[in-house]
Amino acid sequence: MNDELAIRARGLSKDFGHLRAVDHLDLDVPRASIYGFLGPNGSGKSTTIRMLCGLLTPTEGSADVMGFRVPEQSKELKPKIGYMTQRFSLFGDMTVTENLEFIAEIYSVPSARRAPRIEELLEKYDLAEQRKQFAGTMSGGQRQRLGLACAVLHHPELLLLDEPTSAVDPQSRRDFWANLFRLAEGGTTILVSTHYMDEAERCHKLAILDHGIKVADGAPQELQKNTGMHVIEVLADDPYHAQAAISSLPVVASVTQLGIRLRILIPESVADALDRVKKALRDHNVVARSHIADATLEDVFVAVTLKPEQRAA
Amino acid sequence: MKSLSRLMAVTRKEVRQLRRDRLTFAMIFGMPMMQILLFGYAINTDVRDLKTAVADEANTHLSREFITQLGETQVTDIRRYANSAAELEQLLRAGEISIGVAIPPDFDRRVIDSNRSAVHILVDGSDPTVLGVANQLRNMPITFDSNRRDKEQSAIEVRPYYNPERRTPVNIVPGLMGVILTMTMMIFTAAAIVREREHGNLELLINTPVTSIELMTGKILPYIAIGLLQLALILTIGDLLFDVPVRGRVLDLYVAASLFIAANLALGLFVSTMVSTQFQAMQATFFLMMPSILLSGFMFPFDGMPVAAQYLGEALPITHFIRLTRGIMLREASLGDMPFALIYLGLFALVAMTAAALRFSKRLD
Repeated sequence: MNDELAIRARGLSKDFGHLRAVDHLDLDVPRASIYGFLGPNGSGKSTTIRMLCGLLTPTEGSADVMGFRVPEQSKELKPKIGYMTQRFSLFGDMTVTENLEFIAEIYSVPSARRAPRIEELLEKYDLAEQRKQFAGTMSGGQRQRLGLACAVLHHPELLLLDEPTSAVDPQSRRDFWANLFRLAEGGTTILVSTHYMDEAERCHKLAILDHGIKVADGAPQELQKNTGMHVIEVLADDPYHAQAAISSLPVVASVTQLGIRLRILIPESVADALDRVKKALRDHNVVARSHIADATLEDVFVAVTLKPEQRAA
Repeated sequence: MKSLSRLMAVTRKEVRQLRRDRLTFAMIFGMPMMQILLFGYAINTDVRDLKTAVADEANTHLSREFITQLGETQVTDIRRYANSAAELEQLLRAGEISIGVAIPPDFDRRVIDSNRSAVHILVDGSDPTVLGVANQLRNMPITFDSNRRDKEQSAIEVRPYYNPERRTPVNIVPGLMGVILTMTMMIFTAAAIVREREHGNLELLINTPVTSIELMTGKILPYIAIGLLQLALILTIGDLLFDVPVRGRVLDLYVAASLFIAANLALGLFVSTMVSTQFQAMQATFFLMMPSILLSGFMFPFDGMPVAAQYLGEALPITHFIRLTRGIMLREASLGDMPFALIYLGLFALVAMTAAALRFSKRLD
């Protein structure tokens, strides 16, 4: 077991009946970093997280998590990890403090340290005013802060967060990520799944999942540099006709419209990509400006989830 | 030690949530009270005052005396007088009476002639209970000499033990304890795990160090206390309103009840691991409730049931509990007199609990 790695998985697979939810996943998550799972719904993010915390038994493959083999040693692993579910999973008919107390008792936090730790968390996660409020009556952002407070109460070394920000507003998301960075600086390893590009961009490392398969992984900047595609941005007053013109080019792997902008992916093997685009627009009498652009994470996502025949020139 | 404190944490949480769930809390006390009042006052298998009409076509001294005696039995409530047997049939068909008594014109002569029946009793046989009562009327003596009546009494005399006044509540209340405990305990626990599954709490809980047996035990502990409280409530109401005795030791009753409650809770938890919504949990509970009421000897005497039904009844914990309660409360029996019932309840609780814990840990996948 490599001490630098918090999670090391090889060939991890999970079948649900005939459906292969996760397909031969290899994973290396370095310690004290934020590792992201990016992928659409049904791409196997939740299933992978559940396998890593011992909730689901892998059909094939194995994983070492914080030095324990899962699922065999998941009992020993549980005190070391904090887990935040996709849905709010605390008790709505108990107050904020009562929820925290219950979690503290369940994790056998010594009673002398319980009260100060709960106070500390109430301060840190801005819940002091809600301490007597029933969790069920709180806003999405407040619930999520309570969820995180409960997940980190016992100082876990690894935090698994399953789409933690899917039900909160943008401001709460920013605050939430500030909290995650603070935790990572303190030495906690964080595995977070998301389908937001801006969130994925904040991760130290990232794995993109599609239909249970890891289609790319690496640091976000690295992924953006190595898409294997020319990214061409076209600004047109009539994006509809511009799109039709560009789609007539057989080398185009994908066209995405963003308002009046079109983002076009063409395989790197095509040398004169920009000229071809300009020519196609001229041939169709579309007035537009085009230039080579840097790949965003969204472009990366589109590029790596293309079908093989689209990817080839 | 850690295990015990986790278990207590689950129990404390459960009590806290229960206290805030007003409807459930009201059910805990409302259900036993409503049922005991219903069964104690409304339901009475001791039939009296059946609606009766008489057609006295003889109208002699003897026939009038017979009608007076008929009224004195209190089994019949003579409400109408008809002119003929045909009219009685009509009243019977219309549902206005349950019993029609036809006295033919030659009543006096028929009384003397032992080969001919003197009175015809028309009965609404669609209710077997009524028919049974009407059959008893056959034994009413009719003679010209009222002093001779004693000698004509049946050679067999029935002496009801343990319930000499033949009051229904005395029989019902000990059984009702079983029914009420089955109902409340099963409903609460059948929903207990599913509720957390539906609310998403379960996914969090199974990711904590709490083990399934700690979770299960922690969840049922508060309900054992609630069950014993319900028992105390039923005994108090039974004593105050219906004078139902506890002839044996009260402690024995509580010991038996503890085991019975545990058996039901464990069964409820097992159901809880099988279903995926609270609604399904309710349906499953009702599915198990019907045989508990019908096959346990609560409503109908156990010995009268077909053998297959008896086997089914024997499998139910409530059957054994009702035997225990009737024994302790009415026959002054002690637990030592009925060891098998006690052992069965204990075993049932153990097996169901183990099955629930096993199934629960499997459900994570």
